[in-house]
Amino acid sequence: MMRRTLLLSLAAAAALTLAGCKSSQTGEQPYANVEDKGPGGAAKPIEQPPVATVTPQKPDDSGLAALKDPRSPLSKRSVYFDFDSFVIKDEYKPLVDAHAKFLVGNAKMKILIQGNADERGSREYNLALGQKRADAVKRSLLVLGVKEDQIESVSLGEEKPKNPGHDEAAWADNRRGDILYSGEY
Amino acid sequence: MRLSRTFAFCLLLLAAFAARAQLTIEISGAGANRIPVAIASFEGESALPQSVTAVVRADLERSGLFKLVDAPGAMGEAAPVNFGDWKGRGADALLVGTIAAGQGGRSEVRIRLHDTQKQASLGGVNYSFLPQQARYIGHRIADFVYEKLLGEPGVFSTRVAYVVKSGNRYELQIADADGMNAATALASAEPIISPAWSPDGARIAYVSFEKKKPIVYVHTLATGQRQVVANFKGSNSAPAWAPDGRRLAVVLTKDGGSQLYMVNADGSGINRLAQSSGIDTEPYFSPDGKFIYFTSDRGGSPQIYRIASTGGEAQRVTFDGSYNVTPRLSPDGKTLAYVSRNGARFQLTLMDLATKQTQILTDSNKDESPSFAPNGRMILYASENGGRGVLAAVSSDGRVKQRLSAVAGDVREPAWGPFLKN
Repeated sequence: MMRRTLLLSLAAAAALTLAGCKSSQTGEQPYANVEDKGPGGAAKPIEQPPVATVTPQKPDDSGLAALKDPRSPLSKRSVYFDFDSFVIKDEYKPLVDAHAKFLVGNAKMKILIQGNADERGSREYNLALGQKRADAVKRSLLVLGVKEDQIESVSLGEEKPKNPGHDEAAWADNRRGDILYSGEY
Repeated sequence: MRLSRTFAFCLLLLAAFAARAQLTIEISGAGANRIPVAIASFEGESALPQSVTAVVRADLERSGLFKLVDAPGAMGEAAPVNFGDWKGRGADALLVGTIAAGQGGRSEVRIRLHDTQKQASLGGVNYSFLPQQARYIGHRIADFVYEKLLGEPGVFSTRVAYVVKSGNRYELQIADADGMNAATALASAEPIISPAWSPDGARIAYVSFEKKKPIVYVHTLATGQRQVVANFKGSNSAPAWAPDGRRLAVVLTKDGGSQLYMVNADGSGINRLAQSSGIDTEPYFSPDGKFIYFTSDRGGSPQIYRIASTGGEAQRVTFDGSYNVTPRLSPDGKTLAYVSRNGARFQLTLMDLATKQTQILTDSNKDESPSFAPNGRMILYASENGGRGVLAAVSSDGRVKQRLSAVAGDVREPAWGPFLKN
């Protein structure tokens, strides 16, 4: 009994602290579900606003051996871009070609292209810059015959830097589009 | 024995959480004319576990707009005031109050603010509260003093939202405007960006990457319920609430490129707002709801434009420099805050929309995500200190500066919440 009361008061205290308060005489309202039961009554057990927790799902990446074989060009997944540029450089054309051939030959295969940006400037604008890089890779694949419904291009902006540094080399590593096959994301 | 051990563990957990989550605030600078004010300890306040007047004093001092005058001893709400004595101490105003036990474990506080120059009462107010609500009541009283002496509402009882990154964990947290009482609304292993308060303060829209791509959610704070508002093919981002709280502007790439759309808060009724060949992003409504300001590179470099919220031709707003992003309107709609790149520095900048005059407000390098306090007096923004993400606030005249940092982790993406409706 003692324990329940203690825990209850702790929960109530935490919830009240979070939830603001009711101040009856001035007509001011609490901004969350705080209730007072009036004289003699204990404060109603208040549910603390729940903390939503998101846990990552483990993808099923079986059956992708060819895509992971380091001797295969398909194991190369990253296209790097120059500063403020959205043009696929010549050195990445064989990589894009290899993935296009594979996707054309495996029409049920789907990919997610994640574009990335370096950390400088606005997060939302960088999200849009990453999208332009992902879209550039997508356009090249479409030109090479891959079907639109096999590809989704999205952006991670500056949020998931491959290189956590803060210099030119790090920024170059992070101006990038990555190809992920279904089961890998 | 076992029982008390469990209890102690719970307490420890709570204490650890509080210590980690809490933001500490450092102030530099002060207003041009700080009002000298004396806050006497309230009669009967020593019976409370938390001093109310300590909260009032800290709030007023942190604002940089008041100078606290020493007030020895407690003074009740109806106590006779020796105005000459308080004028002699240099106080223009004196706050007194009485706290008494009420019914059902509640306390009743009655306060009165005196003008020592005019030798008159500026008014009083009563509050009824539970002991755990003492801090909140302190903020309400500080708001009362602020408004009586400055003629504009205070923001001490408002809340702020921000994202803390610790290792690979991201938390959307909500705290009181003084950084206390931080609580986690969402915890994720993937990034969370762009939190935006609904106009009534009950919900927060944000972008979460939990599904390996950006998706816009609306999160109801009281219940923790989350609603997907935009999860189209491609990226979904940059939510901005219309002032009516029913619609949001968002950025989608479903039709190619980052473009502006409107959507109902339940995810229905999507329609395109504008069409351009470049990037359109970071929409933000003018307070009257008539315009949407946004960032676009349609002219070759990222600049701020505005468009009628019903659509139509966009007008360019910024012209100086090659990088002006993240437009945020002041609550009166007269001032635009944004981030401009100057050399290699990204700095918080203000534009007077009537005169087009601009002013760089900070001397930092990596300012992001400005957010006006609901009274327009301060602007909260993300910055960096010693390689760590911190929040900073600066008054719109550039005089008062505050830095808010967490004990551990990077703090970013601040959003100052609205006034709470009475």
